[in-house]
Amino acid sequence: MPAVSKGDGMRGLAVFISDIRNCKSKEAEIKRINKELANIRSKFKGDKALDGYSKKKYVCKLLFIFLLGHDIDFGHMEAVNLLSSNRYTEKQIGYLFISVLVNSNSELIRLINNAIKNDLASRNPTFMGLALHCIANVGSREMAEAFAGEIPKILVAGDTMDSVKQSAALCLLRLYRTSPDFVPMGDWTSRVVHLLNDQHLGVVTAATSLITTLAQKNPEEFKTSVSLAVSRLSRIVTSASTDLQDYTYYFVPAPWLSVKLLRLLQCYPPPEDAAVRGRLTECLETILNKAQEPPKSKKVQHSNAKNAVLFEAISLIIHHDSEPNLLVRACNQLGQFLQHRETNLRYLALESMCTLASSEFSHEAVKTHIETVINALKTERDVSVRQRAVDLLYAMCDRSNAQQIVAEMLNYLETADYSIREEIVLKVAILAEKYAVDYTWYVDTILNLIRIAGDYVSEEVWYRVIQIVINRDDVQGYAAKTVFEALQAPACHENLVKVGGYILGEFGNLIAGDPRSSPLIQFNLLHSKFHLCSVPTRALLLSTYIKFVNLFPEIKTTIQDVLRSDSQLKNADVELQQRAVEYLRLSTIASTDILATVLEEMPPFPERESSILAKLKKKKGPGTVTDLEDIKKERNSDMNGGTESTPVNASTASTPSPSADLLGLGAAPVTSSAPPPSSTGSLLVDVFSDSASVVAPLAPGSEDNFARFVCKNNGVLFENQLLQIGLKSEFRQNLGRMFIFYGNKTSTQFLNFTPTLICSDELKSNILDLTEPLDMQIAVYALITVCQMHK
Amino acid sequence: MIKFFLMVNKQGQTRLSRYYEHVEIPKRTMLEAEVIKNCLSRSKEQCSFIEYKDFKLVYRQYAALFIVVGINETENEMAVYELIHNFVEVLDRYFSRVKCFIMFNLDRVHIILDEMVLNGCIVETNKNRILAPLLVLDKMAES
Repeated sequence: MPAVSKGDGMRGLAVFISDIRNCKSKEAEIKRINKELANIRSKFKGDKALDGYSKKKYVCKLLFIFLLGHDIDFGHMEAVNLLSSNRYTEKQIGYLFISVLVNSNSELIRLINNAIKNDLASRNPTFMGLALHCIANVGSREMAEAFAGEIPKILVAGDTMDSVKQSAALCLLRLYRTSPDFVPMGDWTSRVVHLLNDQHLGVVTAATSLITTLAQKNPEEFKTSVSLAVSRLSRIVTSASTDLQDYTYYFVPAPWLSVKLLRLLQCYPPPEDAAVRGRLTECLETILNKAQEPPKSKKVQHSNAKNAVLFEAISLIIHHDSEPNLLVRACNQLGQFLQHRETNLRYLALESMCTLASSEFSHEAVKTHIETVINALKTERDVSVRQRAVDLLYAMCDRSNAQQIVAEMLNYLETADYSIREEIVLKVAILAEKYAVDYTWYVDTILNLIRIAGDYVSEEVWYRVIQIVINRDDVQGYAAKTVFEALQAPACHENLVKVGGYILGEFGNLIAGDPRSSPLIQFNLLHSKFHLCSVPTRALLLSTYIKFVNLFPEIKTTIQDVLRSDSQLKNADVELQQRAVEYLRLSTIASTDILATVLEEMPPFPERESSILAKLKKKKGPGTVTDLEDIKKERNSDMNGGTESTPVNASTASTPSPSADLLGLGAAPVTSSAPPPSSTGSLLVDVFSDSASVVAPLAPGSEDNFARFVCKNNGVLFENQLLQIGLKSEFRQNLGRMFIFYGNKTSTQFLNFTPTLICSDELKSNILDLTEPLDMQIAVYALITVCQMHK
Repeated sequence: MIKFFLMVNKQGQTRLSRYYEHVEIPKRTMLEAEVIKNCLSRSKEQCSFIEYKDFKLVYRQYAALFIVVGINETENEMAVYELIHNFVEVLDRYFSRVKCFIMFNLDRVHIILDEMVLNGCIVETNKNRILAPLLVLDKMAES
């Protein structure tokens, strides 16, 4: 065993290093370094040309000083000079310096490139190796330009030494990464694939790394590598421990190479050729079997290496997602690891299981481990392991265990690390919405969420809960009651005040009957929080107050007093002041009818993708979450898409004129028995069902249109986001004809669209002809011909 | 790919650093300080993989020395964990007692590391093959 060779060993350097180590303080160290730097500087500038040994020594010292953290701004020239020396040691120090202290001085780059070119052409494997190492570690664009053509040739030439091949492969990889345009695909690609069959496993390792990256951009070129990789892998895995000699690490044959080959296979889909596929399956089964066998060595290194290969194999199985029994075996193996003594294994098992949960074959198997995962969540001491457990719970959630998982996540949230709270909040919100069978549970969950982690509840979450409460009638009363009770807590979060304010403003009337939640009590409750809130919340509360004026006329004067107070009317914030002034005025001058119309209950929100999901995707970045979500959507397409078709009945308009009668009827009846087909699996499907909540005979907003037709024959009668109803009428003497146009404003087709004409008996007799509506995608029109007999 | 390979002692002084993608000098010191802070605050029951910014750190402690490797998501964590150990075993074989002599023979340690990891990829793990060029070098020096 060679001792530390001092023969070539630069005595001065050793002395220098001992000096530094002996320095007692930072200042002493800096002083010593500066002294040395001055010395070196003078030596470099000196007239006498330095001999190779001295140059090497000084450059080495500079390198060491750099390592200590001081910037070096000279010495590069000398290092470049060392490159052209013929002695290996000097050359090596020169290259080391260059590759560690990269600098973009153009003069030097040219010289460096020249030196490298000479070395590459020298055919001396050691020199070539050094040069290639340098290119691989520096890999600047100029180098790429200069050498990208040559390297592939060196790589596939028959007479290159193995070690040079290794370096060349990785050199090419580096150049490809930095400047892919300089490395075109050529006929060398097929030869590179053949390197996988090489005797020397080091070459195979390097080639695999290269092919893995290249295959990601040019999969077609490297398709043939799949079968070679599989055969290589099976040879390694089935080899006895004596075969591979030095490449066996603690009784595990070539673990790093196996891992790399498995990674390469993950770039491609499962092989089509049955023989290759069979071999691969066999190979994977062998790896899984080995994991079950008793270990050949007690050392932790043996099990670590074995498990490294195992985890990579499991990744491959998950990636292929085609063999159910392999997936189930993998899942069981991971399940065993979940309770292993070693934290590392538990961490990796949780991570792998997360990806496993999204595969349809193994989803059920993953769910069986839910108790273990929940336990891990509660008892793990390492926060990153707990985080993985949360991710896994999110991935394995489905209808059957949603309530349990959401409850556990809420529990965890109370003690979670601050940096991850927002993510957990978003996840809980998404899960609660997706799997809510009973929306009262959903409302409870969100309110709990606000209570526990109010600061981290972003806007999207509470917007969503409001949207859902407004769109669903059945939960409105419950929401109002729960919010009211929650607000009574002495310290409640501002987000809760926002949600509470909004909901009570809309649906406070539903609980006003109960003496404990009478209008005045509701108002006082909200107002007690008023001064503790920020400006946007106060603005929202002011809107709520005016809604109260409409809902509960008995407390109008109280509210008006509040609005009239100086702190509102002369408020520093413009928005609040404006609202206070306008609402006050509105409440004083508007009649009850107008007030009722203006402050009418919110119409149901239209369908759109959950913004919470979008926010989570943005947070996590592309990849895991989006895939899981898409897969979940496809699998559970009719999750909450309860197709509710509520036939809507319009009541007859009570206005006198006959033509107005007919007009009033055209507006309301719209039935659709299926939701627009594009939104498979979207979270809220009920678009039409809630038009029943439109109580007024005429849809709001169409009153003006309606009145217009007293003196006009043509025009738009009614319009909303989905439908536009236009009218065109002609009258001649005693005959009248009306065309009613129903325009479809969405991009999807209405199915079973049936307009119903309802009119009083008296008029019915006067209808001569009612054409059946035609089915068209864009517009449907009905033609009514009326004959008015003078009576 | 492997982003960097560091050997840091418990006082936070870097003994060896190798970066496989370009990082500015001031950023390096900051990175090293933060990384060592993260590693020092871990206890024995915690796992050896830390999520740091947008990549992972794999670390292993040998007495007063920490070896920390930064990897991105394309690397297998367990394999890198064992790579660290392999590296230490190679050093052990070459120098009789590792710790004192690393600083005095930084260039040799760099050579060994370069033989094992090139451009962020593991290239050679066979101890004999790694040490072969060094042994040749030593023989040349003696003669």
